[in-house]
Amino acid sequence: MWSRVGKRIAISIPVLVGVVLAIFVMLRIVPGDPVTTMLGEHVNPAVIEKISREMGLDQPVTVQFFQYVFHALQGDFGTSYRLNRNVTGIILDAFPNTVKLSLLAAVVAWVIGIVAGIVAAVRQNRLLDRLFMGCALMGVSMPVFMTALVLQYVFAFKLKWFPVSGFDSVKAMILPAIALGWNSAGSIARMTRSNLVEVMQNDYIRTARAKGLREHGVIVGHALKNAMLPVVTMMVLQISSMLSGAVLTESVFGVPGIGRLAVNAIETRDMPLLQGTVVFTTILIIAGNLAADLLYNVLDPRIREGA
Amino acid sequence: MRESIVLDIKDLKSHFFTAKGVAPAVDGVSIQVPAGKIIGVVGESGCGKSMTAMSVMGLLRYPGRVVGGTITLDGRDITHLSAKELSKVRGNEISMIFQEPMTSLNPVYPVGKQVREAILLHQKVSKAEAKERVVEIFRAVGIPEPEKRYYNYPHQLSGGLRQRVMIGMAMVCRPKVMIADEPTTALDVTIEAQILRLMKKLCEEQGTSIILITHNMGVVAEVCDYVYVMYAGKVMEQAETFELFDHTSHPYTRGLLNSIPRLDEKARRLHTIEGVVPNLLHLPEGCSFCTRCSEAKKRCFVERPDLYQVGEEHKVRCFQYEGEA
Ligand SMILES: Nc1ncnc2c1ncn2[C@@H]1O[C@H](COP(=O)(O)OP(=O)(O)OP(=O)(O)O)[C@@H](O)[C@H]1O
Ligand SMILES: [Mg+2]
Repeated sequence: MWSRVGKRIAISIPVLVGVVLAIFVMLRIVPGDPVTTMLGEHVNPAVIEKISREMGLDQPVTVQFFQYVFHALQGDFGTSYRLNRNVTGIILDAFPNTVKLSLLAAVVAWVIGIVAGIVAAVRQNRLLDRLFMGCALMGVSMPVFMTALVLQYVFAFKLKWFPVSGFDSVKAMILPAIALGWNSAGSIARMTRSNLVEVMQNDYIRTARAKGLREHGVIVGHALKNAMLPVVTMMVLQISSMLSGAVLTESVFGVPGIGRLAVNAIETRDMPLLQGTVVFTTILIIAGNLAADLLYNVLDPRIREGA
Repeated sequence: MRESIVLDIKDLKSHFFTAKGVAPAVDGVSIQVPAGKIIGVVGESGCGKSMTAMSVMGLLRYPGRVVGGTITLDGRDITHLSAKELSKVRGNEISMIFQEPMTSLNPVYPVGKQVREAILLHQKVSKAEAKERVVEIFRAVGIPEPEKRYYNYPHQLSGGLRQRVMIGMAMVCRPKVMIADEPTTALDVTIEAQILRLMKKLCEEQGTSIILITHNMGVVAEVCDYVYVMYAGKVMEQAETFELFDHTSHPYTRGLLNSIPRLDEKARRLHTIEGVVPNLLHLPEGCSFCTRCSEAKKRCFVERPDLYQVGEEHKVRCFQYEGEA
């Protein structure tokens, strides 16, 4: 199993390098000189050149890239043009908010998704099933920012139950968490339901009934673990879609997290900050996928000693 | 019957309510199981053997449902038990082994734990004690290195070993009746003989009665005390094993006997009688076997025969034997 983990980590490294390279190249082929953008159109060209040199922008792109990687490996992602602050520091300041939002959304998604999925499977084709699956379908078909805007409009602007923006109180966190979690809750509920319904057809479920287990014991003790194996993987994978959703949710609700940081960085053409947020999120997503894989390994005995 | 009856199935009817109509998969089956005996239930594929067993266990699922008859286990009517009461009977007083040894165990738990669960459900013993008993029963059903096997997952065991685990699970609470639904069909011939011998031995030692479902007349001859021959949801003939082989009466039974496989070749399914099993939704108006019977008369096509007594322990559903005994 550990050799598998090692392999997975080894595969992740080229992925990470590729992402860094891609973002690096992309940011340098888009038209417009960053220093000009930063200082404005009417600045003396000599000043612009001087600053460019100071920032190393006059070097060939390859040199810039290796310098960037070299510094990044030491935790230094450069200095933000706009905020004139160390990028690592900015990200670490914003990170806890994104984590809080994502975790809250994950809890919303997992708890609601799993419970709704189980209830729907048990009450197959009855009212609750229809109701939950309707909500789930809505969740998976609405884009996150739509959900966010609708929730904000209805519950914050109109009903005034929650603050319109901010992230400094539990109350303020509820709407963003639901907006971000609904989509995942929907897919988790749908997958839980369909897996559970399918697993309940298995011969070993009949065996469990035959040995004298009551129906709830059969579901909890024998069906759930089998049904949840693929769901668990999906749940952890959802973390990455949650991070991308966080960008939009944070913008709508004004949550000072990494997502909003990235959007700001794009608006102000703050290259180091944008690079930093992208690399940072990539690392998170890779780690999340690795965790999903590991978890599946631990849970499924067939894979556990198979590899 | 002379012996005491532990399981008395009377006029059991189970129907499947499908979109195309009602299929009478079990259509008035009566089976008596005396204490400590092995009862064989034979018949072609689809004749309702498994569904009879499932009905007795209360395991029929939608769209199937028991619609009539009574099931009496050790003097107690278990036909209309609540889910809670039924769960106390299942796996404890009556247990079942299934046709599919490869898929009947849960892949994500060690086999020992799955057997232990049956003990913990029905008896007030500690987990350690229950584990002891599992190891004991594993040894009794001939699983080598039982302490080690306890922790194995199903996929680490062969089909034969898995079926032994299932037998262990079915026997561990010393039930009064064990239903074995083609326990050896999926296994190869040498393993089949071992498993049958094992079940017979356990049955004798623990006084458990067995309903052995099979389509193999050879198996019946070897281990059963009494035989029920089923066709299209009905019992066509029933007799003590020797009597059945000596005085085979129903044309259908004769057909089945002609198709006994030699011991070294294993028949998976019987299809040696001319014609096909009729669709349960479109059964003939008369005797359900008339369309395939070489001895069918006019009457057989319009009237349904009863089970006629032809000997002390011998009944046949065929007009040839009407008013004989
Ligand atoms: N889900 C279902 N829907 C409709 N009919 C069904 C269903 N399950 C079983 N049946 C009917 O019940 C009949 C009896 O099936 P059963 O499984 O008892 O046969 P069997 O004698 O055990 O055969 P085999 O030797 O193949 O195991 C079948 O002919 C089939 O028509
Ligand atoms: Mg069957």
